[in-house]
Amino acid sequence: MVGPNSLYGPLDPAPDAGHVDAPPRMGFFTDTSVCIGCKACEVACKEWNLVPDDGFNLLGTSYDNTGGLTANSWRHVAFIEQPAATRAPAKAAGPEFLGMPMTDLPGRTIDAPRTDFRWLMMSNVCKHCTHAGCLDVCPTGALFRTEFGTVVVQEDICNGCGYCVPACPYGVIDQREDDGRAWKCTLCYDRIGDGLTPACAKACPTESIQYGELDELRDRARHRVEKLHEQGVTEARLYGHDPNDGVGGDGAFFLLLDEPEVYGLPPDPVVPTRDLAAMWKRAGLAALAMAATVVVSFAGRRR
Amino acid sequence: MAEAHPVGFQYVVEAKNRGAKIIHIDPRFTRTSALAHTYVSLRAGADIAFLGGVINYILENEKDFREYVLAYTNASTLVSEDFQDAEDLGGLFSGYDPETHTYDQSSWQYAGHKEHGRQQDESHVDRETAAGLEQESHGTPIPADVPRDPTLRDPRCVYQILKRHYARYTPEVVERLCGVTGDKFLEVCEAWTANSGRERTTALVYSVGWTQHSVGVQYIRAGAIIQLLLGNMGRPGGGVMALRGHASIQGSTDIPTLFNLLPGYLPMPHHRKHETFRQWVDTIRHPEQQGFWANAESYAVSLLKAYFGDAATADNDFGYGWLPRITGDHGTYQQVLDMIDGKIKGYFLLGQNPAVGSAHGRAQRLGMANLDWLVVRDLFMIESATFWKDGPEVATGEIVPEQCRTEVFFLPAASHVEKEGTFTQTQRMLQWREKAVEPSGDCRSELWFFYHLGRLLRERLAGSTAARDQGLLHLTWDYPRHGERGDEPDAEAVLKEINGFEIATGRPLSAFTELRPDGSTAGGCWIYTGVYAGGVNQAARRKPRTEQDWVAREWGWAWPADRRTLYNRASADPDGRPWSERKKYVWWDAEALEWTGYDVPDFEKTKPPSYRPPPGATGVEAISGDDPFIMQGDGKGWLYAPSGLIDGPLPTHYEPAESTVRNPLYDQQANPTRKVYDRTDNPTHPSPNTTVFPYVFSTSRLTEHHTAGAMSRQLAYLSELQPEMFVEVSPALAAERGLEHLGWAHIVTARAAIEARVLVTERLTPLRIEDRVVHQLWMPYHWGGEGLVTGDSANDLIGITLDPNVLIQESKVGTCDIQPGRRPTGPRLLAYVRGYRRRAGLSHDGPEASHDGPEASHDESGEC
Repeated sequence: MVGPNSLYGPLDPAPDAGHVDAPPRMGFFTDTSVCIGCKACEVACKEWNLVPDDGFNLLGTSYDNTGGLTANSWRHVAFIEQPAATRAPAKAAGPEFLGMPMTDLPGRTIDAPRTDFRWLMMSNVCKHCTHAGCLDVCPTGALFRTEFGTVVVQEDICNGCGYCVPACPYGVIDQREDDGRAWKCTLCYDRIGDGLTPACAKACPTESIQYGELDELRDRARHRVEKLHEQGVTEARLYGHDPNDGVGGDGAFFLLLDEPEVYGLPPDPVVPTRDLAAMWKRAGLAALAMAATVVVSFAGRRR
Repeated sequence: MAEAHPVGFQYVVEAKNRGAKIIHIDPRFTRTSALAHTYVSLRAGADIAFLGGVINYILENEKDFREYVLAYTNASTLVSEDFQDAEDLGGLFSGYDPETHTYDQSSWQYAGHKEHGRQQDESHVDRETAAGLEQESHGTPIPADVPRDPTLRDPRCVYQILKRHYARYTPEVVERLCGVTGDKFLEVCEAWTANSGRERTTALVYSVGWTQHSVGVQYIRAGAIIQLLLGNMGRPGGGVMALRGHASIQGSTDIPTLFNLLPGYLPMPHHRKHETFRQWVDTIRHPEQQGFWANAESYAVSLLKAYFGDAATADNDFGYGWLPRITGDHGTYQQVLDMIDGKIKGYFLLGQNPAVGSAHGRAQRLGMANLDWLVVRDLFMIESATFWKDGPEVATGEIVPEQCRTEVFFLPAASHVEKEGTFTQTQRMLQWREKAVEPSGDCRSELWFFYHLGRLLRERLAGSTAARDQGLLHLTWDYPRHGERGDEPDAEAVLKEINGFEIATGRPLSAFTELRPDGSTAGGCWIYTGVYAGGVNQAARRKPRTEQDWVAREWGWAWPADRRTLYNRASADPDGRPWSERKKYVWWDAEALEWTGYDVPDFEKTKPPSYRPPPGATGVEAISGDDPFIMQGDGKGWLYAPSGLIDGPLPTHYEPAESTVRNPLYDQQANPTRKVYDRTDNPTHPSPNTTVFPYVFSTSRLTEHHTAGAMSRQLAYLSELQPEMFVEVSPALAAERGLEHLGWAHIVTARAAIEARVLVTERLTPLRIEDRVVHQLWMPYHWGGEGLVTGDSANDLIGITLDPNVLIQESKVGTCDIQPGRRPTGPRLLAYVRGYRRRAGLSHDGPEASHDGPEASHDESGEC
């Protein structure tokens, strides 16, 4: 059942995947403005899903010793220390920013001068994209779209081919080193089917992680941004909420207090399948051209 | 708070979302600071200077809630003419004796009542026995008819004394002393005062690190003075909130694990002060005093009846003679030193890991290595059970496992989900906990352990006629047992006994006013009476807050008498009307002629606001209709404490025992009455000193670990989140000492040198104090030698210097050195630390030089 937007654009993914009478699409709204970096989400996720530990390594990236989303860490709390501006940014005098890689970490270069030190925290997770690259490239059917619109790997079907890893525009899905099978957040598929809240959202003490119907969460998020703007937190913005973005909107989206790059998120993620139609068109054109060349060359030989 | 109490912090976040302004004051930028509107960095140990500055701001600008202050505090009370302030005596109050380092408190009294002051020898005993902790809740004997000046103009009235005392705590002084800039300081002052008064209240929240200073009690007093001046006590959204360090620390002072208290804050009998039952009871109730302590005899007799049952009769003073006596300081630190000196033979450790979690780790371990026996009950094999075979002193050669005399018994303990009982949290609320699963293997609850230990001891002693055994033999020890093995005492039966009951009928009592001094009632802890009212476990109530009003009185049970906010009479004005509609809480219903409101009124229900005591009244009768602080001797909130505190009636800035700064406010450098243990094994740095130990350090917790790490370093999911001991330094300090991010460094004090990985972070900022830059560094204290992740213990760095009122150690601030690279190991480590001591000029460093252990006085030195 392929709809007009099956590869790209706004879409309700569960019916598109063939679920009849699908329940409302469920998701996460992670409001980083109230995250206190307690990492209860990381621990609760591992406890419920029996995810192994990820090694005991002091990373020196503020209080983040998880490092990122991996096969063994399905929630990851990022910590970003941003110094107060001691000097005004020399915009006029300095060189124009050309989008080239900088020597400093994102967020450390100050565009808007801050008078206070800032410590940002964000609990990252699989985005459960409307158009999920990982799912689209999975050759075994191990990855599937649930009736809740989420994306889940079936561990007993995954053969460890690893195609899904480069297909994820966020770098979320990952293989375990032992047998190469891929693992990621299931949005607690084995809880939400029973009407339970996913483990991370349940454990979050400040309701930074909110679970619910995606439409309702998007409303809530919009109001939250409005309220923060009223309170003077003008840097508050949503990320991954827009069905018109490169992945058709995320099932797990965020309220951020700085540019996505600051948190290690891609500013403009695009699902690889967006270009599938064009690619096939070009491939078809190329094939036609080849065929035409062959025809022409045979035609030429006959002469 | 977000760092160590993330679950409680949800309510701060909720308040913030509803428009509350959040201010966080801390030496280092933490996860709490990250969510606060305003973060104020200050020098560790300078809190009274900061709070004194706020008091000065309030008084200078007359921002106090004048009607509240006049009616409900002792602002107008006149103080004795003999009182001399720290102002006039270089930082000392009148009555100081430099020989004993204590005060004769006679001159601190209210005018005309000098005879009630604590004499010097009493002060000395009070300090030894941490009697301040008892006084804190008892109030002291203050007759009702003290002279007052309601105009607040008399120079001897408390208000004027306060004004003079804090006049020197100007914003400039705050900046020089705390390193807080003037505009930041004013922002705090303005926010605090603007959000207090009739329409608004401000809450002051502190974590128990505040108590861990040589002036810890006075820190909290300073906060309380501000809250009283601004009318934030006894009102919704106000208060001084102590965030406790564990689930039931409040419970463990209510029904205490402290050497100087019995349940319900009754003092543990002192062999000299309380020779007879009558002496004991009279020191609690002060016969001429007003307030609810006047009924202390009922509480005391009911406790003895709960202990000794039928054996307690009026003829034998209800078994008072069977209670143990204290003879002086038996606090945890004195005990450790006594262990080192060979004066203590056996020790029980229950859910405590002093080898990592207590100040001066080396003294803790050497003390435990010099016992005959040690019982450790814990979830995991902790450092306090293994110090004799692989502790740091084994590496240095100070403990030789084969020769260590201590026999260690390790008993596995049940966790909180494997046993039933209550937790009492900081709101004094008891919450019942069900048992979720049976403990595995040999794991048992504390209740099981003590019940069966008592049972076995009583069986062994059966028939003994020795006087010392009679107390144990006469205990009522008859709890019903249940559970899978049939040997688990019923925790609800214990709760019922704590609640109290009428002996003749067994009926559970519903209020402590039902307790009787004639032996007809029994009750294990008078303040908990009512938790089993009507034969129902009230602590097990769990009605969600969504199904009741915002006071949520049907969740758990709060002592006393299920009051959620203490002294809530103060939420109404002197005439009994709410101060404002917005802050309405408890008020006088003039038609029904009774107190009513959202909470249980903390006042006699039918005593009208207009009530005035008849001349000569004592006890509850002497409390006026407008005296909300009903446990205090004068019914008032004390801005000035005429007695009860060992170190002075008003909080005064003293430098920490170890400081890099000369006290700029007074000649007196540190708290003159602080408890010092001057021994070769407990050296204290010279102060002020900026050469050998030039940096200030502080320690605290990380969210990811729990205290000494026994419950978190054993778990992979927590260990991976903070896998290594580290030290946080500012970029400036890193540059000064050549420290590299993620490289190794070691931190040195006169007690120890420990190593840690370096985190260079701008969350720590150097402060400009006087004309110098003061660098502060910070460490978590979770690591030790056992578990999945191991490391050196920050508490090894800390010496033993105590607050004189409550005998809590100064462990939140000290001085140190930091150097790049790892520390020396083995015996070279001792020599290295000794070199620092020598350079610091610390004398009498004899015994250790010959590797004889810390004290030559015990024969086994060198062996363990």
